[in-house]
Amino acid sequence: MTQSTFVETPRESLVGSQSDAARKASGAAPSVAWSNNPFRGFRAIFYKESIHLRRDSMAIMFALLVPIVEMIILGAAIDTNVRQVRTVVYDESGLMEHARDVEGSQSSRALLDRFRSSDTFKIYKYVNSDDELTHEMVAGRAKVGLKIPYDFDRQLLRGQSAQVMVLVDGSDSSVAGQTLNVASAIGLDESLRRMLPEGKQPAIDIRPKIMFNPDSRSPNFFLPGLMTVLLLFVTTMLTAFSIVREKERGTLEQLFVTPVRPLGLMMGKIMPYFGLAMIEMLMILAFMRFAFQVPMHGNVLLLLLLAMCYMFTHLSLGMLISSKANSQNEAMQRSMGIMLPSIFLSGYIFPLDNMPWIFYLMSFFVPATYMMQISRGIILRAAGFQDLWINAAALLVMGLGALTLAARNFKKMIV
Amino acid sequence: MPAIVAENLVRKFGEFTAVDGVSFTVQSGEVFGFLGPNGSGKTTVIKMLTGILPLTAGRGMVDGIDVSVDPDSVKQRIGYMSQKFSLYDDLTVLENLRFYAHIYGLRGKDADRKIEETMQRNAIEPYKTRLAGKLSGGWKQRLALGCAMMHGPKILFLDEPTAGIDPVARRKLWDLLFELSGQGITFFVTTHYMDEAERCSHLAYIYYGKLIADGTPDTLRQIPDVSPAGTHRFEIVTRDVTTALRRARTLPFMRSATIFGRSIHALMDDTISESELQSELDKVGVHADEIRPLMPDLEDVFVELTYRRQAELEGSRASA
Ligand SMILES: Nc1ncnc2c1ncn2[C@@H]1O[C@H](COP(=O)(O)OP(=O)(O)O)[C@@H](O)[C@H]1O
Ligand SMILES: [Mg+2]
Repeated sequence: MTQSTFVETPRESLVGSQSDAARKASGAAPSVAWSNNPFRGFRAIFYKESIHLRRDSMAIMFALLVPIVEMIILGAAIDTNVRQVRTVVYDESGLMEHARDVEGSQSSRALLDRFRSSDTFKIYKYVNSDDELTHEMVAGRAKVGLKIPYDFDRQLLRGQSAQVMVLVDGSDSSVAGQTLNVASAIGLDESLRRMLPEGKQPAIDIRPKIMFNPDSRSPNFFLPGLMTVLLLFVTTMLTAFSIVREKERGTLEQLFVTPVRPLGLMMGKIMPYFGLAMIEMLMILAFMRFAFQVPMHGNVLLLLLLAMCYMFTHLSLGMLISSKANSQNEAMQRSMGIMLPSIFLSGYIFPLDNMPWIFYLMSFFVPATYMMQISRGIILRAAGFQDLWINAAALLVMGLGALTLAARNFKKMIV
Repeated sequence: MPAIVAENLVRKFGEFTAVDGVSFTVQSGEVFGFLGPNGSGKTTVIKMLTGILPLTAGRGMVDGIDVSVDPDSVKQRIGYMSQKFSLYDDLTVLENLRFYAHIYGLRGKDADRKIEETMQRNAIEPYKTRLAGKLSGGWKQRLALGCAMMHGPKILFLDEPTAGIDPVARRKLWDLLFELSGQGITFFVTTHYMDEAERCSHLAYIYYGKLIADGTPDTLRQIPDVSPAGTHRFEIVTRDVTTALRRARTLPFMRSATIFGRSIHALMDDTISESELQSELDKVGVHADEIRPLMPDLEDVFVELTYRRQAELEGSRASA
């Protein structure tokens, strides 16, 4: 006991002697003088919150299991690229000139080969009547039906326009649009070849190449966006819950008579979830890279650094929610109010450029919009700090704003 | 210097006045019992004195410090156990204690020593690795008290510390309070239990925002409103209390009579002596096994004061 008094640092003993004087004057004084640190109480809250988090299997599941499931669903099951669309063919052109056992004519076979090799169409069946063709479409087995009329060869030989009918199932607009585009392109290309003299090339050869996401693979595009959305749960909802739960239990009131200060309380609550969000992000990145083969074109450290800004913004928003909400239900609703725009107004699902102007304007106030730029930018385009700093700055400004408001609300509660 | 001085405390929530001009003084080392029905403003008074809730008007001095001026200093000197169970269920006993030690700025050896001391004193050592949520009510309260005292406060505010715990645990908790009180700690305790009120050295009774009684249990029992001049009380022990009560009430000098277990508590004119009562009872066919003079108990006191206050309120409403 006496030893500890000797080991005291000069500063502490000075404080100690002051409180000794106070003790004499008042008859009662605390055993430890309170510092003036605005982060007072941080370490204790952090200690306690880390234990809560370790024992909260729901939170761990939210952070680590849900992302994997979501990625598997979105990354693998829903491949939104239009590829190998089931196509049914009714080729009448062979019936006129050839024996019954030969399918179609020479020219029609050449055309169908073009369709087949485009990778967009997968011819799975030939039928022998209009009725059958329609039936395949109505039954939903075919998304595309091709009909080559009986006079196809004859028209071509006469140098007249030969018609090919392309039936498209319009119930899925992206499939309809893309298959029609490819079909027209094939038709145009074939026509050009026939018009040009043998050996002559078309005057203009347009060779499209999609940059940054060369094979237009949807996982490459979706997963960096999905990561942005997945991080929201841990950062916004779980942090909001962590304070609201204390309000409901009555323990927050108990904290108000302890030395804890608003910033100490908030940072102590934020940091464990920040750690969890970092682990979650690393896990998502690893999964993306190795399970889904999404290439990482840019600097992963830069991505982590800028993602911290995003996490900070949403952790602060979580604190702001919890400073206002009085029940977990209310906190849940308010969190949803933040998460839904993050999904729909951030460019994650709907491209920003095609939005009605009002939504486009709103997207500037959605933090996920900036993170979407950051993650797609770094992962797909190898964008650097000079390209993305403005996004990080926007996130920091929003985060600081939210944190200030939250601190003010807590200050009102903690006298 | 008094430990707590409340001067005309007022707290409004919007239009509603929850605490209306409450004043009292608690001396150092007292066990101050603060009573009143639910919703009377007990918790609100505690929150104002502990610096959780700002005052609408009035002044609260705790250990000589004005709580509105320097709430931080007040918080350093007090411990508070809120009405709801205020521990973390998913933390063990030891982790709860360690958290409170840390938050009060204790570190390393100092913290360990204080935690050890608290566990010994509150006899919770055997449960130290148990989750707080798995403790029974009495042990939870001992732990909560330990947490609230981690920084060595000299004044403790306990808001209904014994609500919902079993009678044995209740008794033990009060024994602990008296042990601590013997070491010079001042207690401000709210309760609903009359037996607990009887043990307090100082009582105050609040009824819907107004303080209507303040004093030691003995002085409260002698309030003229409760024991009107010219009356005294007897306890009558008899076999068939229900019949006896009906018959006793027919006696002209009887002011009021109530059954308490196997006996009747009777308030009557003080012109009637013990032996006169005995013979009067015999006349109406009641055989009393025993008759003892009686002091009013606190329940009588508060019931009587509540009636008077209600009558006052109705009177003022009628005149308004
Ligand atoms: N934050 C608040 N806002 C509005 N009314 C409140 C608030 N806190 C307490 N009250 C009201 O003040 C009155 C006194 O409450 P309280 O102090 O909790 O009573 P007690 O502790 O004696 O049961 C009650 O009518 C309660 O509804
Ligand atoms: Mg209460």
